[in-house]
Amino acid sequence: MKGVRWSLWVLAAFFALLGLFALQLSRPKDDTVQSTMIGQPMPQFALPAAIAQRPGLTSSDLADGTPHLLNVFASWCIPCAAEAPQLAELERQGAPIVAVAVRDRPEELAAFFARYGNPFSRIGADNVRTVQLLIGSSGVPETFVVDGKGVIRHQHIGEIRPEDVPDLMARLQEARG
Amino acid sequence: MKRLLALLVALAVPAAAQDTLPPAPYAYRQLDDPKLEAKAEALMETLRCLTCQSQSIADSDASMAGDMRSEIRTRIAAGEKPEHIRQWLIGRYGDYISYQPRVTRVTWPLFAIPIALLLIGLAIVGRRLRRRA
Repeated sequence: MKGVRWSLWVLAAFFALLGLFALQLSRPKDDTVQSTMIGQPMPQFALPAAIAQRPGLTSSDLADGTPHLLNVFASWCIPCAAEAPQLAELERQGAPIVAVAVRDRPEELAAFFARYGNPFSRIGADNVRTVQLLIGSSGVPETFVVDGKGVIRHQHIGEIRPEDVPDLMARLQEARG
Repeated sequence: MKRLLALLVALAVPAAAQDTLPPAPYAYRQLDDPKLEAKAEALMETLRCLTCQSQSIADSDASMAGDMRSEIRTRIAAGEKPEHIRQWLIGRYGDYISYQPRVTRVTWPLFAIPIALLLIGLAIVGRRLRRRA
């Protein structure tokens, strides 16, 4: 009698494990590494200008009272070109956008902007990924919502698709309050 | 021919998605002090490369891994403790960046279950032995 009860427990445990496997296997794989800096103030940094036509970017530019979108991008990054129309649309809707250019050259950036437009008011040159490491960004492109006090409020990983534009505008609006 | 073309396209895209700047100062250069270099090396072997997720940054040629190596060697040379640097990175990327297992609210069963199973096993064996005696 006691033996039967034992084996029932073992069987139940086995099926519970099977259920756990089934659940985990049915979940889509998620390779993105989320920044754990959300809700934290922007670490201090000062990046020199990436191109002559726009000033560089410092952390205090992001704490000037207005919320910003901070786009981490590079001219050599293909999805960054794909999200250019969406950044242009965000700018058209009034979003202040600043950028960190990762490991880039002024002449290549100039060619990139000539082709895809330049929605950025400031562009800092992050040549050894100092700022990327500071804010927990693991690739390009990524877009951060930073509120007027300089607190990181949201991270969008990967290119901005047309359907992401309203969400980013809403988060920017939220950061205003 | 088609297959060859597909292969070429597959190879061409990652090649184009590379920056052209020279690597960071300490990405491929060891520290002059072998003791400090050993410390940096030991830390780099237990940190995950974020753009090539199954490699450590010591193993990877991704430019992001190079930048991270340079950052770590610079900090070690400045006298920072390896564990402090690890904590700094975990503070930005979460536990995922570190290959060193840690007991946390989520991972404690991994450490507790083997001990529990061992205790259960010992209890069963103990009971059987006593019954036989």
